[in-house]
Amino acid sequence: MQVYLDNNATTMVDPLVVETMQPFFSELYGNPNSLHKFGTASHPALSKAIDQVYTALNASDKDDIVFTSCATESNNWVLQSVFTDLVVNGDKNHIVTTEVEHPSILATCKFLEDQGAKVTYLPVNDQGIVEAHTVRSFITDKTALVTVMWASNETGMVFPIKEIGDICKEKGVLFHSDAVQAIGKIPVDLQAVNVDFVSMSAHKFHGPKGVGALYIKDSQKLTPLMHGGEHMGGRRSGTLNVPYIVGMGKAIELATANIEETARKIREKRDRLEDSILELSDTFVVGDRENRTPNTILISIKGVEGEGMLWDLNNGQIGASTGSACASADLEANTVMLAIGADSELAHTGIRLSLSRFTTDAEIDYTISHFKNAVGRLRAISSSFAIQKPTEGGEVKECELHHH
Amino acid sequence: MAKADMLGASLWDAYSNKVTTLMNNPQHQGEIFEADAEGRGNKLIVADFGAESCGDAVRLYWEIDPANDKIVNSKFKSFGCGTAIASSDVMTELCIGKTVQEAVKITNIDVEMALRDTPDVPAVPPQKMHCSVMAYDVIKKAAGLYMGVDAESFEEEIIVCECARVSLNTLREVIRLNDLKTIEQITDYTKAGGFCKSCIKPGGHEAREWYLVDILADTRKEMDEEKMKAAADAGASGDFASMTLVQQIKAVDAVIDESVRQFLVMDGGDMEVIDIKKGDEYIDIYIRYLGACNGCASSSTGTLYAIESTLKEKLSKNIRVLPI
Repeated sequence: MQVYLDNNATTMVDPLVVETMQPFFSELYGNPNSLHKFGTASHPALSKAIDQVYTALNASDKDDIVFTSCATESNNWVLQSVFTDLVVNGDKNHIVTTEVEHPSILATCKFLEDQGAKVTYLPVNDQGIVEAHTVRSFITDKTALVTVMWASNETGMVFPIKEIGDICKEKGVLFHSDAVQAIGKIPVDLQAVNVDFVSMSAHKFHGPKGVGALYIKDSQKLTPLMHGGEHMGGRRSGTLNVPYIVGMGKAIELATANIEETARKIREKRDRLEDSILELSDTFVVGDRENRTPNTILISIKGVEGEGMLWDLNNGQIGASTGSACASADLEANTVMLAIGADSELAHTGIRLSLSRFTTDAEIDYTISHFKNAVGRLRAISSSFAIQKPTEGGEVKECELHHH
Repeated sequence: MAKADMLGASLWDAYSNKVTTLMNNPQHQGEIFEADAEGRGNKLIVADFGAESCGDAVRLYWEIDPANDKIVNSKFKSFGCGTAIASSDVMTELCIGKTVQEAVKITNIDVEMALRDTPDVPAVPPQKMHCSVMAYDVIKKAAGLYMGVDAESFEEEIIVCECARVSLNTLREVIRLNDLKTIEQITDYTKAGGFCKSCIKPGGHEAREWYLVDILADTRKEMDEEKMKAAADAGASGDFASMTLVQQIKAVDAVIDESVRQFLVMDGGDMEVIDIKKGDEYIDIYIRYLGACNGCASSSTGTLYAIESTLKEKLSKNIRVLPI
């Protein structure tokens, strides 16, 4: 059996989405900006996709939802444009974000710092979220933008977006949220929160890779990131990726239909998996279960190094993820893990399991069994679990992990 | 960056079959107990190195025959990734049968070589080399405990890059001999910094006492200072060609002040040195005439000849004076 439990990284494309996209690769291939019927033939499907996205997120007709290539592009667009509009051409030079954002936010903030922006990186609490009062205390009259993720990719913890949005509105500060990990997992109602910009990506909710969008409240000003065309009302140049946009529309419709019921079913499986793993001694899960996206578990297993665990899971045909530094090319410990962990242990023992609506009970049963066997094997090897005490002089090496 | 690097390869694909096999089924993992070792008339050494919070920790057990210091049995425990477990396993195997004095000479390079499937293909990707270093460190720790000495006493030199085992002295020497100017050049010449990269600059996987960026900067600074001192010495000894540009300008000005200017001023003129350029054959001194000298018929004949002859005589026969 193969079990895919890395759905926070990407998801399988729903077969219904594939079916919806299919005609736009072969029969309906015209450029939608052309005047002839080959191009205009795709307009009804594009129009439907736009409707599907607006409906799924309860966006107002006065708002813009502009299709992009991915959430990374959307995040870059917001940050770089706000910098251009308010920092270069205005008197505000301050951006507030968190230590646990996606690299497309953190790296862009670093880039803008080099250009002259001031950026505050807020810490998270032991639940892995930034608290609204923390955001409030760092907003100044120089603050141009607050950008806070809607839900964490690592922990699944949902951030207090409503409260932060209210604070930003009260203070007259623009508010952006990277909602990549929230859309399709929990209800996202854009008229229920004060948010100016929201980034999203189709492949996180069973749509295709390579298409995302940026929500812009009340169609407000935002300097384009890409120039050279009048596509999407001049907001984002580049020929429309018709099959992928149509696929994203279908995917978000499927992901948000009956979301409470779907989430309940995923949560039941997630909780069963979590409870079973927690039967093992010396394990702990990050974040209050009720405030997490229903599909995510970040679990620390004392004495088991993350990549070693991933290795054993992979041998058992189970795909998971780890924040362990050892598993990544640059060897830097995962910043999210470090930000959350009381010590560095989590950065090296954390395993992330993320389910989807396609995860089955049989897959959960298989994972529980294989997971426990892997922990048993690796703990038998583990020096942390060695029975005999060391002789005098056993050394704990001083180490200094790299913090951003 | 090139075509081959456009898609990052899977880390695990770069592991040798031996690493994979030992990770899945380590041969020497386990413990040796004090009572068992004593029962066989042997001494047990248990050495720990690293920490879980650092991402790597290993415990090494040596059962040693005190009659001849020979390691008769060895086991390990490891908190680490596949490379760390496989490295610890092969390190343990390399220790068995050796005396403590022989075992302490095993390096991380020996461990990595023993993990290779074929001699020319590395056993692990570059960023995983640091996992084999842990195996080397714990051996020193164990030997130190057995011999009652500090583990650092086994290290004769300061090792800057533990992955490639390149010492501080070697790095300084290679930078000097080859006039190296970048970290990339250092890596090309010595392999230092080519593996886990912790030694390149602060902020890597683990903190280091020495960093290549500092060693390069310090050595270059020393080289520059030595160069300036050599030039100054050359200037003092009158070797015009070896002087720095500033020294040459000062030397030319001094000669002109001493032997030329007074004659020009007497005729209501003057001159200034514009530039000095060293060619293959000549050292060209560009000058500009001022006052009455500017436009004087003699400025390109007799006066020029007098200036050039004086500078040739006082400084270097290769000097050529060019008025502009």
